[in-house]
Amino acid sequence: MSGRVIATFAAGGLFGVGLVISGMTEPRNVIGFLDFFGHWQPRLIAVMGGAVAVYAGLVALIVRAAGARTARLLPARNNRIDTSLVVGSAIFGVGWGLSGYCPGPAIASLGSGARGAFVFVAAMIAGIVAAGVVRSRAAGCETTSP
Amino acid sequence: MLSGLLGGALIGAAATLYWVATGRTAGVSGILGGALREPQARAERLAFLAGLVAAGLIAALASGRASASVTATPVLLVAGVLVGFGTRIGGGCTSGHGVCGVSRGSLASLVATATFIATGAVTVAIASRVLGAGGAP
Repeated sequence: MSGRVIATFAAGGLFGVGLVISGMTEPRNVIGFLDFFGHWQPRLIAVMGGAVAVYAGLVALIVRAAGARTARLLPARNNRIDTSLVVGSAIFGVGWGLSGYCPGPAIASLGSGARGAFVFVAAMIAGIVAAGVVRSRAAGCETTSP
Repeated sequence: MLSGLLGGALIGAAATLYWVATGRTAGVSGILGGALREPQARAERLAFLAGLVAAGLIAALASGRASASVTATPVLLVAGVLVGFGTRIGGGCTSGHGVCGVSRGSLASLVATATFIATGAVTVAIASRVLGAGGAP
């Protein structure tokens, strides 16, 4: 097994432990955050804030230590705001609000044997496949235009 | 709130490790989509997903219980399709846009995050009144 595969397994494990510790694998906590007009629970702000601060800080440190070579490897910063970004995110939010699951916590919850997580992840994979079909059709249209 | 910050910090460290190892953003919907569609780098994407599942397994063994879904099966099916479809069309989810993209100062990720929080909040507000389920526990 390559070192890279071991590293990404460790990254997934650490990511999952972070989700469990922060309570994000419990759908009721996520729905509580989205319940602005009811009993609002602000905890998800702390989770996102902690994750953003550590990721931004560590990436900046690594880039500074390793120099320009690493800076070129930074993930591209996407600044293109288009219809698919907004419509896709809006659709995602509806599913997130209905279930309290987003992709990370849902996949981590498979390990806990939560029956709802299996139902959700199977449906999510179907949605991903459907999006692939829609996007490849859209790309096909683009290539036929001048 | 402290457990939220600590868990969030671990998520940030994990995203950094994934980026150092692969040069890519640790967005879970993107990793799952890539594992399903692209043959290259499939092993390292599957390894990340396996790590997530392993963390859930260890948590369940440690606590002796599974995370409780609050939603009925038909609603979960609809929600799953919407989440899978929406995250791929929108180019990311809570981790890819909400954590990694926002950290990089991406305006598109800020717009995406504001959008899915807004539609999520409206959905919870409606669902808690119409379905009587979900919403405030």
